[in-house]
Amino acid sequence: MAERVAVIGVGQTYHRSKRDDVSIAGLVREAAVRALEDAGCTWDDIDAVVIGKAPDMFEGIMMPELYLAAALGAVGKPMLRVHTAGSVGGSTAVVAAHLVAGGIHQRVLTVAFEKQSDSDAMWALSVPQPFSAPLLAGAGGYFAPIIRAYMRRSGAPLDTGMRVAVKDRLHALKNPYAHLKMPDISMEKVEESVMLWDPLHYLESCPSSDGAAAMVLGSEKAAAQAEASTGRRPAWVHGMAMRSEPTMFAGRNQVNPQAGRDCARDVYAQAGITNPREQLDCAEVYVPFSWYEPMWLENLGFAPEGEGWKLTQSGATSLDGGDIPWNCSGGVLSSNPIGASGMLRFLEAALQVRGLAGEHQVEGARKALGHAYGGGAQFFAMWVVGADRPE
Amino acid sequence: MSQIPAAKQGHRPVAVVAFAQSHVVRAETNSNEVEMLMPVVHEVFAKAGITKDDVGFICSGSTDYLIGGPFSFVTALDAIGVWPPKSESHVEMDGAWALYEAFVRLQEGDIDIALVYGFGKSSLGDLDKIFALQLDPYTMAPLNPDLVSLAALQARVVIDQGIATEEDFAAVAARSRRSALSNEFAQVRRDDSVEDLMAEPYAVSPLRRHCLPPISDGASAIVLVAGDRAFDLVERPAWITGIDHRIETHAIGARNLAVSTSTAKAAEMAGVGEGPVDLAEVHAPFASQEAILTTALGLPSSTVINPSGGALAANALMSGGLTRIGEAAQAILDGRAKRVVAHATSGPVLQQNLVCVLEGA
Repeated sequence: MAERVAVIGVGQTYHRSKRDDVSIAGLVREAAVRALEDAGCTWDDIDAVVIGKAPDMFEGIMMPELYLAAALGAVGKPMLRVHTAGSVGGSTAVVAAHLVAGGIHQRVLTVAFEKQSDSDAMWALSVPQPFSAPLLAGAGGYFAPIIRAYMRRSGAPLDTGMRVAVKDRLHALKNPYAHLKMPDISMEKVEESVMLWDPLHYLESCPSSDGAAAMVLGSEKAAAQAEASTGRRPAWVHGMAMRSEPTMFAGRNQVNPQAGRDCARDVYAQAGITNPREQLDCAEVYVPFSWYEPMWLENLGFAPEGEGWKLTQSGATSLDGGDIPWNCSGGVLSSNPIGASGMLRFLEAALQVRGLAGEHQVEGARKALGHAYGGGAQFFAMWVVGADRPE
Repeated sequence: MSQIPAAKQGHRPVAVVAFAQSHVVRAETNSNEVEMLMPVVHEVFAKAGITKDDVGFICSGSTDYLIGGPFSFVTALDAIGVWPPKSESHVEMDGAWALYEAFVRLQEGDIDIALVYGFGKSSLGDLDKIFALQLDPYTMAPLNPDLVSLAALQARVVIDQGIATEEDFAAVAARSRRSALSNEFAQVRRDDSVEDLMAEPYAVSPLRRHCLPPISDGASAIVLVAGDRAFDLVERPAWITGIDHRIETHAIGARNLAVSTSTAKAAEMAGVGEGPVDLAEVHAPFASQEAILTTALGLPSSTVINPSGGALAANALMSGGLTRIGEAAQAILDGRAKRVVAHATSGPVLQQNLVCVLEGA
C-alpha cells in the first residue's frame, strides 16, 4: 500500500569547524536552497518540512526549529522536529520519507544540522543526571571500552582503526564539502597523534563541525517532474527502517547490538538484499570513531562476526580498488555536524546511485546503503537507495 | 462490523483505541520521568488489551530543556522495555505531533498498532528562564522575555481588537476549574465565581493569576490502531477522520497575535466544519488564548469546550496536547460523543498548532 519514494534533490553545506559567516538559519538555508535547486523546484512546491538535530543543548536553543520556520519556508505548512540522538539525521530522513510513502505529501523538504561551534557538545553530553551514569568524557569515552571489547573478542590487529582513519581522510580529499582535508595523512601521523580515549587516537576520532544537509523527497510523480526539468535521475528508496533498544541491561551486546542487526535485516528484506557485500555497490555508514567500521561491517552483515577487520585490513572498503567501498565521502571521520551526520550518510548514498558523487563516485553504483546510529549504539536508522525504481 | 467514517488524510483509517494519563500534579517528587510514565504505559496497554509485543511502532514527545540534559527520551524508553528492539522514533515536540507521526506511519499497511506517549516535569526548573531559550537566539532570547509577559502582550491585542474582555478570561478560567471537578487527573479543581477571580491582582496586566496555567508534571499515552483490527480491541474506536498541523513565523511582531492562522488552516484541512462538533478539547494554556482558538477552529456555539478542564486545570508540558486528543477520543470510546475536535499548540504564543477530528463509527 506504500507509495514509492524518491530522493529528487540533495544539498549540503561546506562543513567547517566554525561557520561564523552564517547564523543557524543561514546554515540550514544554504543546504536547503541547494537541495531545491537540485530538485528543480521552489519553496512553493514543498508540502512540508521535517527537520532534525541532536540535543538542543548543543547550541543552547530550545526547539530551534520554531525559530527556523521562516528560514526554511515552512510558514503556513506542517513542520516536524525529530530528535533521536546521533541517529537523528537518518531518522529525520525516514520520517520525511514516510510522509511520501504514506501518501500524505508529494514533496517533503528534510533538513538536519548542527552548529557545534555555538556550544560545546562535550559539555552538553556530560551534564550529570540524577541516578544515571555520567558520560563525563563525551561519546569517545563511552565507546572506547566497547571498542576494547571488540578488539578482545575478534583478535583484530591494533592498526585496524588507524587504517580506517587514513582511508576515510583520503576519501575526503575527493569531496569538496568535507571538513577535514589532510593530504599528508598517514598511518604514522595517526599513531603519533595524542591518545584521547585508549585505543582511540586523536586522528581516529571525528571532528566537531558546523554543517547542514537537506533533501527533497518526492512521490513517483514528483520524481518524474524533477527528472524532466533537471535531467538528473532520482534515487529510489528501496527500503528504510528504524530500531531502538535500551541503553543498558545485563547481557546487552554493546559490541554487536541486536537493534542494528534487526534494522539491517528489515531494510535488506524490503530491498531484496540477501548478500549486502555483493549486492550493494557502496555504503555510507556512521563511523565517528575509526573502529566502528569493522564493528559495523559485522553488525550490518558485510562480514561474519569477528571478521569485519579483515575487510578493512584487505582494503575492501577503500574507494581505491576495494570491492565494497565504505564512506567514499570521507564519512563522519571527515565531517561531523552531529545532527546532520546521519542525513549526510543517507544523502551521499543517494548521490552515488544517481551518479552525481563527482570525484568520489563509485563507478556504476546502482544500490547503496545509508546508515546512522546514536545514543549508546542503541538507535539505528537505515535506508537502501537504488538507481532503479523498485518493483 | 460498523462502518468506518471516511478520513480527510491518509488512505488507511486509524483510530484511538485507548488513552491513559497520570494524575497531573505541581511537583511529582516521588518518581522520575520513567517512573511517572511506566504506570501510564501499562494502563494504556491494559485498556487496549495488548502488550508491547503487539506494537509495531512507538513514537514519543518530550523536550530536553525541562530535564536540563541531553536525551530525555532515551531513558524514558525503559518505561516500555524495548526488548527485543522496536521500531521507534521521537519528536522534540508535544506528544500530539508524535501521534501525527504515528498516524502517518500506520498508513503503509505493514503495521497495525502504534504506541504514542508524551511526558514532562516542569517542576525541575524555572519555566520562564527555560522558555526564553525557545525564542530567536539572536534577537529575542537575549531580552529574556518570560512566558507570562509574552502571553500578556497577546492578551492585550485580544482585548484591543474587541475579541474578549478580562471578564471573559475570568469566565473561561472559572468554567475550566469547575469542569475539572469531574476530572480526577486535573490539578486545579475549584468552583470559583467570576467576581472572586476578577478581584485578584494582575500577574502581568491584563492577565490575573487565574488566566495562567498551573505548573505541572505529568504524562499521557495513546494506542493507535489501523483498520478493522480496532473493532477487535474496543467497541467504539475513535476514528481520526482529519488531522493536520501548521506553523507560523517565529517573528512575533510579524503576526497578528489575536488570530491563529495556523489553527484555522489546520482546522480547514482536518475538516472541522464538515459536521457537528459535540465537544472540543482546546489546548489554550492561557485563558486569553481560548477565544482566539475557538474562533480559528470555527467551532459552533453548541460545542462543549474543554470538559476535562483543559490546560488551565492541568498543564503537563509535552503531553498537554496529546492529552487533549486523548480526552476528546475518550468521549467517543465511552459513547458520550459522536464527533469531537482536539487541538494542540506549541511554540511561543500559539506559533504552531495541530487539529485532529475524531468520530465514532
